[in-house]
Amino acid sequence: MSGVHVSTTVNGDATEYVCHPGETLLDVLRNRLGLTGAKEGCGTGDCGACSVTVDGSLVCSCLVLGAEMEGREVNTVEGLADGGTLHPLQDKFIEHAALQCGICTPGFLVAAKALLDRNPDPTEQEIRYALAGNLCRCTGYDKIVHAVDAAAKEVRKQQKAAKKASGKKRR
Amino acid sequence: MAEAVDYKVIGTSPVRPDGVDKVTGRAQYGADMNLPNMIYGKVLRSPHAHARIKSVDLSKALAMPGVYAAVSGADFPQAQHGEIGGEGGGDVADLAKNIMARDKVLYHGHAVAAVAARSVQLAEAALEAIDVSYEPLPPVLDLDAAMAVDATLLDENCFTKNLPEKPDKPSNIAAVMQLARGDVEAGFADADVIVEGEYRIPMAHQGYIEPHACTASVNEGGQATVWCCTQGHFEFRAMASKVLNMNIADLKFIASEIGGGFGGKTVLYLEPLAILLSQKSHRPVKMTMTREEVFRATGPTSGTHCKVKVGAKKDGTLTAATAWLAYEAGAFAGAPMGPGAMSIFAPYRLDNFHIEALDVLVNKPKVAAYRAPGAPQSMHAMECALDDLARELGMDPIDLRMKNAAEEGTQAPYGPKFPAIGFKACLEAAKQHPHYTRPIPEGAGRGVAAGFWFNVGMQSSAEVHINENGTVTVVEGNPDIGGSRASMCLMAAETLGVTYEQVRTLIGDTESTGFSNVTGGSRTTFATGMAVVQACEDIIAQCKARAAATWGVDEDQVEWEDGQAVPAPGVNADVKPLSLADIAANAARTGGPLLGRASLNAQGAGASFAVNIADVKVDRDTGKVDVLSYTAIQDAGKAIHPAYVEGQMQGGAAQGIGWALNEEYIFNTDGVMENAGFLDYRIPVASDLPMIDTQIIEVPNPSHPYGVRGVGETPIVAPLAVIANAVRAATGLRINDLPFSPPRVLEALDNA
Repeated sequence: MSGVHVSTTVNGDATEYVCHPGETLLDVLRNRLGLTGAKEGCGTGDCGACSVTVDGSLVCSCLVLGAEMEGREVNTVEGLADGGTLHPLQDKFIEHAALQCGICTPGFLVAAKALLDRNPDPTEQEIRYALAGNLCRCTGYDKIVHAVDAAAKEVRKQQKAAKKASGKKRR
Repeated sequence: MAEAVDYKVIGTSPVRPDGVDKVTGRAQYGADMNLPNMIYGKVLRSPHAHARIKSVDLSKALAMPGVYAAVSGADFPQAQHGEIGGEGGGDVADLAKNIMARDKVLYHGHAVAAVAARSVQLAEAALEAIDVSYEPLPPVLDLDAAMAVDATLLDENCFTKNLPEKPDKPSNIAAVMQLARGDVEAGFADADVIVEGEYRIPMAHQGYIEPHACTASVNEGGQATVWCCTQGHFEFRAMASKVLNMNIADLKFIASEIGGGFGGKTVLYLEPLAILLSQKSHRPVKMTMTREEVFRATGPTSGTHCKVKVGAKKDGTLTAATAWLAYEAGAFAGAPMGPGAMSIFAPYRLDNFHIEALDVLVNKPKVAAYRAPGAPQSMHAMECALDDLARELGMDPIDLRMKNAAEEGTQAPYGPKFPAIGFKACLEAAKQHPHYTRPIPEGAGRGVAAGFWFNVGMQSSAEVHINENGTVTVVEGNPDIGGSRASMCLMAAETLGVTYEQVRTLIGDTESTGFSNVTGGSRTTFATGMAVVQACEDIIAQCKARAAATWGVDEDQVEWEDGQAVPAPGVNADVKPLSLADIAANAARTGGPLLGRASLNAQGAGASFAVNIADVKVDRDTGKVDVLSYTAIQDAGKAIHPAYVEGQMQGGAAQGIGWALNEEYIFNTDGVMENAGFLDYRIPVASDLPMIDTQIIEVPNPSHPYGVRGVGETPIVAPLAVIANAVRAATGLRINDLPFSPPRVLEALDNA
């Protein structure tokens, strides 16, 4: 089985790898690139623990092939923090005790980020439906929903402040 | 006795010390360990639910390039019968045969052989090259079939245990147990009302999101190092040593972060295979299960058939109760019928009762502990019957329970008298809770039920190191499955009188800290917490001695206050208090580094009671049940980290709701599980659930320095009956069998 050469971008870094044609993106991330933040909970797209974004779209990385990533932009939980600053979602998950064992947490963070990117002010119901593809067996979701809601508020605050700052600069 | 006192840090909910690693993807779980020269192991599993193995031929697999080792039952030492302790314990020979079948396969998915190869794909190809010859036998797939007089036997040497005399014939009933008190017949004769019920619940899985995974590396000197996700690496080491006949000293187990367990990761499956494959291949071997393997071959909890009969006077006073409880053990003995029997009547004062429980072999996976093992099934029966009784009597269901509630001094059905317990406090809180006092939404039904779990103590060790700058390192041996590092830091900080931020807790491996039993039985915050507190007290005693030496006074002239040594009142010493940092800085001159330690076998775990309330709505066209609101009220003794206590209550409620509404093992007539994936074995998702309201009750446990009771297991006990009782209220129908999946509810509605 000959390998496929792929040039892609992972968490903003130009990345190259060779993978088998049938190898999932999840296996490429975990076994070839050493990015073990995405977890395999089922391998069938049912649990969301392997969630990443490809060109901004939320996908289960166990359901897409590594060979398909040529020229794409892949983002994983490892790319969520901005240098030394945690993303508000990361902060709020810790603060609200939204993780117990933590195995589902990377997937939830990536899925919640995808939600906030398209809807910065979600209702509780919108949060619950946006995260319905991610299984958590420890928390009963209560604290996760609260954490996402709190993070959404924080993101909106930051966006407002940034807008104000850039407005000032222009003047 | 712990009084309700003001604590400085206990009872606050600070961020967990391992939080950042877990939100950035840094934390290493079972499948995240990689080693140089590592190869991959896979397991060949039985396609039959019941068959004799005639032969296993590994030669073709071993001849494949890139395949480095293969093993079957013949490669294991002869397993000796004998008990091994702990929550994942049981008979060693059964454990060994469950890990790798020998002469017989006993369930679909039972391990028959394993290989290790350069890649997972190659290992999977090698499995196909293994020739196994089977003689299929009829599978025994449910309790009725297993207990039939002419039933096919899983084990020709299984003679029912605990009978007055050894039976003359073997059967599939591995063991029975009975609990009784008083005169049941007289009790029922005294009753004004008698209710009876018969309930069946199928097998359900713990459903942890992380499949089992391990990496084993055996060196040429025979020493093995194993990284794995486990609820207890010390017990895993002990079990592996027995199964492989290896010296414990040659086995080092390192617990990775663990992605959920709920009891299911107290049992050894892959680790001995990885060790053997590593021995044979001279390479590290990594093994991970697929989700399908997790469903087919790791412990679910028992399917059950329970019958209960309860009698009461007109005023609600219970006069007698009987229970018959049959538990599926799966392929080997060891269903949780004991705790099921001991818990069913535990919340109530009952002078006359009789309980019979059965441990029954069936050709399904061997069950493993699942959160309060055995209690959700048996207590579902009792709590449904009490609900029916309240209706017959025209009594409020909380009042009926209050009338009969166990309290301090009540003799538990399993023997001892309860010390201070919080059942009545939970009932009172439920009665007054806004959820219970507000009107029931139009068209909905409201249910209540009680939950109970014994909790356990068992063995724990802890060490406390004072670092050079006075910061504190706690070392203990219980994998952190839900925030226990934070709880240990809180108890250490409280005891030492320092801030939470000054303390870090790490989980030692089997060579770097003392023995601890599993993270299970709701014991970690209680028992390991107690060891941490005692190790901190050891530090305080040492610090006082060092201060006394520094000041030239007697040790009893020094006290420990707010994290520093101070002269006792009335001691005339013109000295400045010495903080932990001061004493640590001067340690070299006063006797060397400060190390506190404690080990114990904790007694007095303290039972935890709960009362839950749910409002549900039933769609009469589809049979779908929606949970509109849910409230969990539970006695935590003392909540060390309230947010994580709430988390246990909410998570347990969600699991219980899933069990009540959706989750079940569905087998075809060949004994093949037909829904071995998360698509078809549907656990609750975020959009299935409402917010789960919590109220923590604190009736301190007199046996713990801070009053702690275990909180992890009780939360899953009440939800099954709460949902069933709410559905009864909504529909007027007592549906006896779980889960309340739409087809089952619709059928009941159509038949009504």
